[in-house]
Amino acid sequence: MAEVLVLAEHAGGDVKKVTFELLTLARTLGEPAAVAIGEVSDDVVASLAAGGADTIYVANGAEYADHVVAPKVSALQAALAASGAVGILVPATAEGKEIAARLAVRTGAGIITDAVGVDAGFVAQQSVFGGSTLVHSVVTTGTPIIAVRPNSVAAEQYPGAARRIDLDVTVADIDRAATVTDRVAQERAGRPELTEAAIVVSGGRGVGSPEGFSVIESLADSLGAAVGASRAATDAGWYPHQFQVGQTGKTVSPQLYIANGISGAIQHRAGMQTSKMIIAVNKDAEAPIFDLVDFGVVGDLHTVLPQLTEEVTRRRG
Amino acid sequence: MKIVVCVKQVPDSWAEKKLNPADNTLDREAADAVVNELDEYAVEEALQIQERLGGAEACTVTVLTVGPEKAIESVRKGLQMGADDGVHVVDDALHGSDALATSAVLAAAIDSLGPDLVLMGSESTDARMSVVPAMLAERTGRPQLTFAGKVDLDGDTVRIQRVTDYGYDVVEAKLPALVSVVEKINEPRYPSFKGIMAAKKKPVQTLALADLGLEAGVVGLAGSRSSVQDFAARPPRAAGTVVTDEGDGGTKVADFLSAQKFI
Ligand SMILES: Cc1cc2nc3c(=O)[nH]c(=O)nc-3n(C[C@H](O)[C@H](O)[C@H](O)COP(=O)(O)OP(=O)(O)OC[C@H]3O[C@@H](n4cnc5c(N)ncnc54)[C@H](O)[C@@H]3O)c2cc1C
Ligand SMILES: Nc1ncnc2c1ncn2[C@@H]1O[C@H](COP(=O)(O)O)[C@@H](O)[C@H]1O
Repeated sequence: MAEVLVLAEHAGGDVKKVTFELLTLARTLGEPAAVAIGEVSDDVVASLAAGGADTIYVANGAEYADHVVAPKVSALQAALAASGAVGILVPATAEGKEIAARLAVRTGAGIITDAVGVDAGFVAQQSVFGGSTLVHSVVTTGTPIIAVRPNSVAAEQYPGAARRIDLDVTVADIDRAATVTDRVAQERAGRPELTEAAIVVSGGRGVGSPEGFSVIESLADSLGAAVGASRAATDAGWYPHQFQVGQTGKTVSPQLYIANGISGAIQHRAGMQTSKMIIAVNKDAEAPIFDLVDFGVVGDLHTVLPQLTEEVTRRRG
Repeated sequence: MKIVVCVKQVPDSWAEKKLNPADNTLDREAADAVVNELDEYAVEEALQIQERLGGAEACTVTVLTVGPEKAIESVRKGLQMGADDGVHVVDDALHGSDALATSAVLAAAIDSLGPDLVLMGSESTDARMSVVPAMLAERTGRPQLTFAGKVDLDGDTVRIQRVTDYGYDVVEAKLPALVSVVEKINEPRYPSFKGIMAAKKKPVQTLALADLGLEAGVVGLAGSRSSVQDFAARPPRAAGTVVTDEGDGGTKVADFLSAQKFI
């Protein structure tokens, strides 16, 4: 069977969950092969094997982190050449899409982004216009490159005896033109990444203040969730901008999204409407967010959430 | 110093969007059009750089758009904000262009204008692909400085804060370069009355594909490398259960979460 390449996301020796989701998806389309780029430890290779990769293409080198995406494009292209793969899946993260975009220019192939599923024959499903329309798209030229949103499929493990193939990559000088000179980590309190998280707990204007976000964070931590915010909350400076969900913020598609003190404006919906399950807590029974929910509570988040957090903590023991 | 800002006209995000069943492209007539919000931040950033460098003698700002007749409005908006001149690439063959095709047209225009710095938004609110900047960097061979939350120019070096999931990376490159900006980098100005009047006299160059040495076959529906097979409205979500808090709202949510096996 022909290989399907999956661009692996990994950091600090840990492989990100979305990679296992894409390997699971790749298995429905062909023979899953992972492409690991950067400082690839033996642990990374072992967990890709455990996650179902039959082949692991490795482009090992610290240099990949020193320049913006272009060298990784060369590595992925080398994997494509070595494998003769029939399709390429990348995570629809900011960097995943940039790598895919440049690869598409280099190979002359078409690209589809933000797929929420891929059917046989690389037919991509996309959910557009705030989730109101489902589109099926195909790449018509070249080896299809499809960026798939995290949480689109449930990851399954298919441990096997994976082959490791080390790639010989030539990085052109022009691909080293943008140099990373410093990396600044802002505190994240050990929560999962917003776009990857299985559960997202968000707060909006109804939270009322920066301090108010502690009730959102407590609930998130009791559920092992990421914290998100509406633009009203980030604009007010109550929560950092990188956690904004919506049209001009992040798009999330978790198993569960809990919106608190968020009215549900169309621009907010655009970033969360493909969540599998939605819960809202809002004082106003007429808030449009209630049109989307599987379960909703009309009430004050400052009383409902602490009670919920306590219950979750108790039941999780 | 010469800056080109890429701006895209998009349907207003409040407007209902539709696909045109005839050819599965976005029905742009059906919605009010505005400048892609992030592109206003890019224009603002260009104008601030121009001010820091000492005005139009030291640095010019050109607004570039690729799109139908009506897209000239987005060039005009940039001129009203304070940009010096505009370029509008318009051609019937452009209809239905995908990101690869659009980036090829933008690249040809950038190559012919030869700016030191290209500024653009990091994402458009209609396509939401966030791929055109990377494609344009690849096509023009310019260093890719994308997702900038801050831009500094220091002689012929440009330095940005590239926003990441964990914070930001400091990235630098030599000019000529390409920078895409994120929201919150600045507060875009509103055009003043004076700006609106002045914009009427500012030059806008209209270019067809042939002027850029491009053939019709590389753009539009014909040149696009992906296509929409079909689309369908999603069934609206089944109405959920909504309860009113009577002192037990939190417990009720917990019961729901237990039933759904989240806890
Ligand atoms: C071009 C453009 C792009 C945009 N992009 C985004 C985006 O990316 N993300 C985004 O979120 N928005 C975006 N917006 C803004 C969007 O239109 C809304 O203004 C915003 O989402 C509103 O945030 P909110 O729901 O928190 O606030 P509001 O709309 O003010 O709603 C607050 C809600 O909280 C409820 N509430 C108040 N107090 C309490 C309480 N104690 N307990 C429970 N409920 C309470 C209220 O009943 C109300 O429903 C964008 C707008 C534009 C024009
Ligand atoms: N037709 C266009 N004309 C000018 N600039 C564009 C066009 N399409 C995209 N861009 C630029 O590319 C950015 C990202 O767009 P996208 O990749 O479509 O999300 C936008 O913010 C614009 O700066």
